[in-house]
Amino acid sequence: MARDTLTGSRIRERRIASGVKQAELAREAGISASYLNLIEHNRRRIGGKLLLRIAEVLQVDAGLLADGAGVSLIEALREAASDMPGAGAEQERVDEFAGRFPGWAQLLADSRGRIAALERTIETLTDRMTHDPHLAASLHEMLSTVTAIRSAATILAEPGDIEPEWQARFHRNIFEDSARLADTSRGLVSYLEADERETTRVGSPQEEMDDVLEELSHHVADLEQPQSDLAAISKELGKGLSAQAAALLQEWLSQYQKDAQAMPQDAVLSAVQDHGLEVGRLAVATGLAPSLLMRRLAAMPDDALPQPVGLAICDSSGFLRYRKPLADFPMPKFGAACPLWPLYRALSRPMVLLQTPIEQTGRQDARFLAETVAEPIGPIAVARDPLFEAHMLITRDTQSRDASVETPLGVGVTCRICAKVQCPARREPSILATST
Amino acid sequence: MPGSVLLIEDEPNIIEAISFILSRDGWRVDTHSNGIDAVDIVRQKAPDVLILDVMLPGRSGYDILRDLRDDPQTADLPVLMLTARGQAKDRELAERTGANQFMTKPFSNAEVLDAVRALSAA
Repeated sequence: MARDTLTGSRIRERRIASGVKQAELAREAGISASYLNLIEHNRRRIGGKLLLRIAEVLQVDAGLLADGAGVSLIEALREAASDMPGAGAEQERVDEFAGRFPGWAQLLADSRGRIAALERTIETLTDRMTHDPHLAASLHEMLSTVTAIRSAATILAEPGDIEPEWQARFHRNIFEDSARLADTSRGLVSYLEADERETTRVGSPQEEMDDVLEELSHHVADLEQPQSDLAAISKELGKGLSAQAAALLQEWLSQYQKDAQAMPQDAVLSAVQDHGLEVGRLAVATGLAPSLLMRRLAAMPDDALPQPVGLAICDSSGFLRYRKPLADFPMPKFGAACPLWPLYRALSRPMVLLQTPIEQTGRQDARFLAETVAEPIGPIAVARDPLFEAHMLITRDTQSRDASVETPLGVGVTCRICAKVQCPARREPSILATST
Repeated sequence: MPGSVLLIEDEPNIIEAISFILSRDGWRVDTHSNGIDAVDIVRQKAPDVLILDVMLPGRSGYDILRDLRDDPQTADLPVLMLTARGQAKDRELAERTGANQFMTKPFSNAEVLDAVRALSAA
């Protein structure tokens, strides 16, 4: 279970916060310091009487140590605290806070999410002339037309004679330009009005789409039918989304439909029954592209597979354009993921299906198998390098537990919430307490 | 003693109005309306003053000006730049690229006339 794997970390955090030495706690709990050390690093499970005794010494609720609050809630609270270090939030007592006041803690975490989303909106709005090519083009057009009208009108209004021929010409120009100006300004107003309706929603289009996919559990039963109406399904599922998010969703659904036609649900399930969940084997057995197989596996209903699978897809810039996390393999909701993910390595080895056993740093009890492949997208163009897109399928690793298999690669979720101290891939400091 | 002006701008009615006021003031006016071969036209016409719009079809006015400044024949040509964006960074970019003067749309006829007279006298 994911939730009790961090009991040790919580004990360690509580102990440090109360200023108790490891040896001291070990003595009072009646165990050796080295055993406590293993517990604190989540290398030994702890429960029952020992947990109660430790909780008593640390003067906390045993249930709080065992269950903690949701990992994601704690992470959100830590990020909130690091955003405003001046506020002096008691970071070392974050577990206690979330445990005692789950509702308030959730409120704080949600508010932080909303602030982040609003900040992004403000950023886009502030420099609109740069970010919004349509707005810039409309304004340019209007200013040019106004300039032409002003010049011609000035010529006509100035004292002095103008030949009738020229006079007629400028009159006509003004007439034409004023009609054009009316059109452009009307267009601009309706553009801004439509825009106003959309920006009242916060969050990026990508996040909106993620929410829809999560609600669907990444499975669209209607598209699994042989004759499915893509337009109707897109319209139905895209209800209430911003235009950009609806476009993203439509693109995803269209890919889904193509995938489902190439490999219907029955075919996926029977292939899994015969060959297991390993993409490497499935690709050999079916002759289908690994990326297609990965998307199909991720689109199966959760209870149809022997175990749930996670999937991440990134473009060649590393941007995660699709994410289906596992309960114990979280993926960052926005921003970049851990650079150590085999997903990114796949981009430098195009067209090779790689299998990498991985584990999340600080959680040695859960191992995963990451299968990755980078495949070209778009049609072949003359003398132009293809663009690659990488897929990474994550499954719980049940085989490589025995020592014969290579040591798993330790990866994180994203730097901000990663405890790994020495890491060449680190791009920003962690917000986790690194004190000892 | 007015000389010759080359106006590179893609808006036909602006071309007509500016040509009219400059011609009336005694200038010889040539016009051109795309960015792609603008540099060649400038060399060919060798005007006394160049009026150059920033947003041209095919090529940006900044790129054209950069080429002109790199060529000894046109390195000192007085250039008046026209733009629809009056932001500080556009003005800065125009100055850095080597524009002698920068004018934001919508400008008045008198402003253009004054600027052209001042540039040719300098």
